[in-house]
Parts: sequence; C-alpha cells; structure tokens
Amino acid sequence: MSLLAVEDLSVQAGPLSLVDGVDLDIRPGEVVALVGESGSGKSLTALSIMGLLTEGLSVTGGQIRLDGTPLTPARLQRLRGQDLAMIFQEPVSSLNPLMPVGAQVAESLVAHGRATPQEAGREAVEMLRRVGIPEPERRARQLPAELSGGMCQRVMIAAALISRPRLLIADEPTTALDVTIQAQILALMGELAAEAGTAVLLITHDMGVVAELADRVCVMYGGRVVEQAPVGPLFAAPRHPYTAMLLRTIPRLDDPPKEELFVIRGNVPSPRDWPEGCRFRSRCPRATEACRSRPALEGDDHRVACFHPMETP
Amino acid sequence: MTALLQIEDLKVHFPVRTGRFGGEKALVKAVDGVSLSIDAQETLALVGESGCGKSTLGNAVLGLAPVTEGRVRFDGRDLTTLERAERKAVWRDMQVVFQDPVSALDPRRSIAQSIAEPLEIHGIPRAQIRPRVDELMELVGLNPDQRDRRPGALSGGQRQRVVIARALALNPRLVICDEPVSALDVSIQSQILNLLMRLQRELSLGYLFISHDLSVVRHIADRVAVMYLGMVVEIGRAEEVFGDPVHPYTEALLSAIPRPDPGARRDRVLLQGDLPSPIDPPSGCPFRTRCPLAEPRCAESRPPLVARSDSHSAACFVRAPQG
Repeated sequence: MSLLAVEDLSVQAGPLSLVDGVDLDIRPGEVVALVGESGSGKSLTALSIMGLLTEGLSVTGGQIRLDGTPLTPARLQRLRGQDLAMIFQEPVSSLNPLMPVGAQVAESLVAHGRATPQEAGREAVEMLRRVGIPEPERRARQLPAELSGGMCQRVMIAAALISRPRLLIADEPTTALDVTIQAQILALMGELAAEAGTAVLLITHDMGVVAELADRVCVMYGGRVVEQAPVGPLFAAPRHPYTAMLLRTIPRLDDPPKEELFVIRGNVPSPRDWPEGCRFRSRCPRATEACRSRPALEGDDHRVACFHPMETP
Repeated sequence: MTALLQIEDLKVHFPVRTGRFGGEKALVKAVDGVSLSIDAQETLALVGESGCGKSTLGNAVLGLAPVTEGRVRFDGRDLTTLERAERKAVWRDMQVVFQDPVSALDPRRSIAQSIAEPLEIHGIPRAQIRPRVDELMELVGLNPDQRDRRPGALSGGQRQRVVIARALALNPRLVICDEPVSALDVSIQSQILNLLMRLQRELSLGYLFISHDLSVVRHIADRVAVMYLGMVVEIGRAEEVFGDPVHPYTEALLSAIPRPDPGARRDRVLLQGDLPSPIDPPSGCPFRTRCPLAEPRCAESRPPLVARSDSHSAACFVRAPQG
C-alpha cells in the first residue's frame, strides 16, 4: 500500500488556480522526485501535504492520505516532526536564529514526549556527529549564524531525521549550496534515509540530482502532473514531449562545446496565462486541435498526460 | 597582438571588522594575485564556488570594486592609472550582464527606456535612439512591439534579453556575464546561452563568463580559469581543463556535478569540510585543508602556476611539480 497518496489535489489563491488535480503516491522507503520549473506547482504540492500553505492559499479539492487515512489538520499537528519531516531550500532562514542548533535538533523529540531534554540533547549531539559536523558538542551550543550554509543544511537534516520519520519532504535541499557541498549533502541524505527506511519526496529542478537519487519521478508543468515513471524509463524513453524536450535542453559535460543547444520555444507561462486544455500546447511542436481539451494522466507504471506522446522505442 | 583584457597580478583586499563586537580588524583577500587575459571574440569562463572571488574579480574590472594592487589593461590601456574621463571612455567598450534580471531593471520604466538609457547617457542624438532601440530588441529576439511594456509584464527570460540588449547598446567589445543564466528556468537557459553565442559570433564580442555551473561553462567557454579562495588554481583551454584536469580541486568540482544519467551513479571524490574563511585562509596552498593529496610541503608555501602546455597551467606541488 502507498505510504502517501495524493489524489486530485487542487490549490488556489482566491480564484487563481495554482495546482490543478495532482495525483501522486509514495511507497514506504521510496525516493520520489517531483520535478518542474517555476510556477509548476511542485513546492505548493509539498506544502499542501505538510499543511503549511501560507495565508491566501488554500486546498480547494482532493484528498491527501497517509497509510490510507486522511491527513486532517489535527492529525498533521501530531505527525509533523514525528512521522513527517521537511527540509527547506534556505537553511539559514529556516532555522531559529536565537536558539542553539543542538536544541533545534532535539526539539522534535522533546515536543513529542519521546525523550527528556537531557536525553534529547545527547541524541542531538550524536545526530550532529552523524551528519558530519566536526566537534558536535561545541557546535551544538552555537547559534545558526556561527555556522556556514552547508553546516546549517546539515543541522536541518539532523533535525528532520532525528525522529526517524516515515516521510521526509525535501524542497530544493541543495539549490542554495555549492556543488562540492551539494554532493556531500545529497549523499548524506540518501544514506540516512535508506538506513531509517524513510521515504523521500525530493523537490528539485535539477535533472542531474533526480538521476542520482530518485527511484521514481513525477514531472509537473503548469500545476499538473504530465508524466510519472521509474527513473530509468523516464530518462531513457520519456513519453511527454515536455519531458523529452527538457532533457534535451540541459547542457551536458560531454556535449561538443560551442554548439547550439536544443531549445524549447516560448516562455514558462505564469498561472494567469495557462492555456485551456494541455498547458504545454502553446510550446509543443506536436500540439493539435485535440490538445484544447485536457489530457488525462494514463498508464500503469509509466503514466503520461498527452494526446500525442512520444513513441516508445 | 594585444589582448582585449589583460589582468596582471590583481589583488582586491577588503578591510572588515570581526570579533563579537566588531572591534578587531581583518583583511579579506577576495582576489589575491590573479593574472589572466581575454582575446577579442573569446570566452574565458571563471568558475569556482561562492566566496572564491570570481564576482569580485569581475567587479574590479568594471571599476565596481577597488583594485588594491596589480594591473587591469583594456586594449593595452591600464585602467588603474587612467584619469576618470578616460576611464569612462574605456568603460563604454565594456558592459555587464548580471544574474538577476528582476533587480537589474527599473520596474517603472518601459523596456525601450531601459535599453535607451546608456545611449542617452553617452549623448546619442534623440533621433537615432528609437531606431537603435528597435534594432537592439530584434537583435536579442524581442518583438519591438513590446517596447512600451514594463519589466513586470515579462518573463524571466525576456527580462534577461532586455538586460542583454541594454548591455549591447553602445557596441561594447567585452561583456562581463556574471551568472547570466543561473536565475532562469532550465527550459529558458538554453535560449539565452544560444543568444549569447550568436551575439558573440555576429558582434565579435569577448566574454568574461562568471559561473558556478560547469555544464554551462563546458558549452560556452573557449578557456576556463578555476578559482579557489581568491586564486586561480588551474587555467587552460576548455577541453584541457575538462578533459584532463590537473588540480585536485578541479577534479573534485567536475566529479561533484550530478549527471542527468541514472545509469551512471558513480563513486565520486567527496571533499571533506567547508570552504575555509577568506579572512583566515590556510597557509601555503589554499586548498590543502580539503585536499585528498595534501602533503606537509603544501602548508609551507603557495604553489605557483606551472605550465603543462602553452595554454594549460595548474598550481599544485603534487600534480604540477616545477621543472
């Protein structure tokens, strides 16, 4: 059974649709990447799952279930920091600037009554050691401002994983970090999650990160899921024209230098300008009249929402 | 032939206050002895992680950061000794495109007004401005019908096109591109990179291309300089630096890039620890605290850049020994 099942989720800002009928499921222990460009709705989908939408935004339709039971606000309150944890893009602004980092790592254990402050403090130091922070006893007493960005992201990972959650949502966890630090953090996150059997919903725009970490991939465009597949088939034989073209536009290290890159014409539309029917049709070379109505997400293991999908090789 | 831009032993040092109450003074050596050159129509990429000094170096060339020591020659003329009026004339030939097209444009001015700004400042007659703005808009792939729109009505990619059009208004010979595609969506990045490559061919531009994204650099650069803590640790033609990296830091950077190829999950060289503070850099080789090959001699003195070929040099006692 799915650990998390999102069905037909919609999010609006007043009358403006931002997430429009998203389906997503995550099995225990699995790493699912949610990929998309700005305005695709990937972060809002994650925030909806955690019940953390900001004021002015609301879930206007659909169901979110954990273990088959709906995630009500009361249940979320109980599960956040215990079975559910989240890591954000900006480690520095996500930590409390006035609280020593050790106490922030220990917080969820104490808040949920799983340990006394002394025990939690000891566990926090151990967790800081596990995420590769040198001199964890000393660092635990320091404030976030005394640590580098990479260190702060390690602290966030320690705080998220100390309670051995069943689902970790990581929203662009390494986008703000340098590439050598990113490599350390991704390896660490994957290792710790696998060890605790934690499922991960990884939100990213970086197809390289997806290829390295994900078991399955869910591609979003214009507030909808356009394709969902295991990572191998998605990269080897993408079926949605958007996925296929996106993979071709990425500059690669083994490309011939100074050659023209493949281009997707047009711009990423803002939610105000989403076309009727398929949201990608204004940029899609395969679009026809049929695309004026909405394509359903169809298929078993490899699902695609397109009237003219790429042929399978 | 004189290089378009020639930087010799450039140092940019900033005084900062440190300590709990800001009472102690220290020196950040943001750029600490960098030499490099760019020829006409050439792209030199400056790569490295945050704090390595690559943007400060670009700013020093543009006169936006003070030069502590060294020479910056444009077309043979030393910018550090020129009088203000002469420098203004040189800066006409040198323009910049920054990372964030949102803050680079005045939200209250129309696109045409933004593009016309440098033309007005340099006293181009009014009658010539309008046709020149239309020409520039077409050059960067914008429809001149959009001339009266405000930046807020444009997408990120279109805004970056406006910024590029404005940079080209005075026919510069060198454009400093500081992370020009980092803030753009993936599907838009390739449009802007293609545009920059086409403009270079058509207008014979030289680019100083500052970027942390090595896949992008691989695509656009003729030559690459890798910086670490204010110093160039390796420099060479793109195929040399990418295909045959010498410095262990270059190797680690290349190996850290996540490849969009699920079959190729590999063991990579994971560096330990963080970038040291530029206020208190390690003695000797700046990279030695994270280097898998570090030896005792690396703490004693700074390794010089040693040439491996006419075009390729690296600063490492272990990998690029002298003599």
